Amino acid sequence: MTKLQLITKGLVKDNPTFVLLLGMCPTLATTTSAINGMSMGLATMFVLILSNMAISAIARLVPDKVHIPVYIVVIATFVTVLQLLMQAFVPGVYASLGLFIPLIVVNCIVLGRAEAFANKNNVVDSALDGFGVGLGFTASLTVIGLIREILGSGSAFGFKFMAGDGMLAFVMAPGAFLVLGYLMVLFNKFIAKKN
Amino acid sequence: MEILLIIVSAIFVNNIVLSQFLGICPFLGVSNKLSTATGMSAAVCFVITLATLVTYLLNKYLLVPFNLTFLQTISFILVIAALVQTVEIVLKKMSPSLYQALGIFLPLITTNCTVLGVSIVVVTKEFAFGGAAHMLNLGEALVYAFATSLGYGLAMVIFSGIREHLALNNVPKPFKGIPIALITAGILAMAFMGFSGIA
Amino acid sequence: MAVKSNLTNMVVCLTATCLICSAILGVVYAVTLEPIAVTNENILKASIGQVVPEGGEISAKMELEVGGIPSEYYVSTKDGAVEAYAIKSQTNGFGGPLILMVGILSDGTIYNTSVLSHSETPGLGAKCSSDEKFLSQWKGFDPSAKKLSVTKDGGDVDAITASTITSRAFTLAVENAVKAAAALASQGENKQEE
Repeated sequence: MTKLQLITKGLVKDNPTFVLLLGMCPTLATTTSAINGMSMGLATMFVLILSNMAISAIARLVPDKVHIPVYIVVIATFVTVLQLLMQAFVPGVYASLGLFIPLIVVNCIVLGRAEAFANKNNVVDSALDGFGVGLGFTASLTVIGLIREILGSGSAFGFKFMAGDGMLAFVMAPGAFLVLGYLMVLFNKFIAKKN
Repeated sequence: MEILLIIVSAIFVNNIVLSQFLGICPFLGVSNKLSTATGMSAAVCFVITLATLVTYLLNKYLLVPFNLTFLQTISFILVIAALVQTVEIVLKKMSPSLYQALGIFLPLITTNCTVLGVSIVVVTKEFAFGGAAHMLNLGEALVYAFATSLGYGLAMVIFSGIREHLALNNVPKPFKGIPIALITAGILAMAFMGFSGIA
Repeated sequence: MAVKSNLTNMVVCLTATCLICSAILGVVYAVTLEPIAVTNENILKASIGQVVPEGGEISAKMELEVGGIPSEYYVSTKDGAVEAYAIKSQTNGFGGPLILMVGILSDGTIYNTSVLSHSETPGLGAKCSSDEKFLSQWKGFDPSAKKLSVTKDGGDVDAITASTITSRAFTLAVENAVKAAAALASQGENKQEE
């Protein structure tokens, strides 16, 4: 696989949201607006890149039977680093994503990439892989957030272009399930076929 | 009265799956059959309550006094992982029949974000059930954790019941599998929105 | 590819990982401690600045009870005289605690309000922190001339559309703050007489 493929595969072919169906909780919970979705995606990407790099560096030293606990500790460390940095420098974003920042620890994407890629590849490739998968995740979350924001509050990336409130249900819980469900239908029908 | 409010609010109003979006992966993954859904719910119920007890005490008597609350995420996930392993080993020795029922679900629970989510929420968030907003005490935290897992079970059981019927229907091809499940969950979430405001 | 497991290397490996990770976190925590404190202070200062008239000198945090809950307040003084109080007031909204900073002038009228934190429904109650129409009515609201409850309950506060409970909670928080400010003002007068 070339370096470029490592970066772009997350967008369509191995898209974590629409193809691999990983990390559903933050996908549904934090996409109330395009900005929120994008912030969550970027936060996850930060953890993915760093944990992938760290794990690919130490994988050879870790005894087989305890590799999962060790990986989880490494991931949790980077998540906490992210939590502290966000509290210090982007408190507004931290407040709006709330509980879902610490929950990146149990996002199956992160542990999944560690198991499936980082522990068999070198540090540079693992970083690129983390970047690519993170990019795919960010892209899907931004799209879902954008659609919910347009339908639910009549604005895009915070810019209001429509008077009135829009269909509030899309900002609330049911809208999350419905938008993701219908997007998956479209993805299956038009994009997945080509591959 | 307050206990009742906690229970109603945790099961219906703020249902953990349908309004807080925790534990979606197993919610979609093991809800094909009613029997597996009940098994998973029972295992989650057990682990959430136990994990909340341990992490609450850990936070109160170790992390807070030593000013180490920044280690919350990392220590909680380790405790949960260790706890799940211990429960698995103990169940295997003590009660093989229970192990048969819950055993296969236990390894899946470590990565179920409901457990970590609930244990973080009860030690960081202020709750207001009718009275003044306050941090939960141990008893309230346990009731909240248990009720939340009951809400999880309720959503799982309803959802798997619907999916068992869905499986017999002729669903258009692009909708098959997860997409139709998500749309069904959306409609179910709308039904649960009707509870909002009662507690 | 990985090392074969035995008890020694498993224990050593896990212990080492935990130690290294805790050490990294300790360092990051120590480094970010100050920026986090500064950020939080800036947020608080900004919200106080928003609810009291500009140019006043703002006191350090002082404690009092608002609506039966221990809370805090700040006094803004200009030329030695008390100009306004910024009072933190907390009530229960629709989705959880609703915390406001309420600025009250020494004559009892409300200068402005600002939402510190809330957990209201996005798109509905959450508008209590953004809806211009709802928020602007608080500027210069005189509790001695107008009734502090929503129009549905016979008062003079226009509720946010479809969010009566949030509006009621907001109004109650303001009312508690007004009462606390009145108590503070009368306390101040007594002290001066002595």
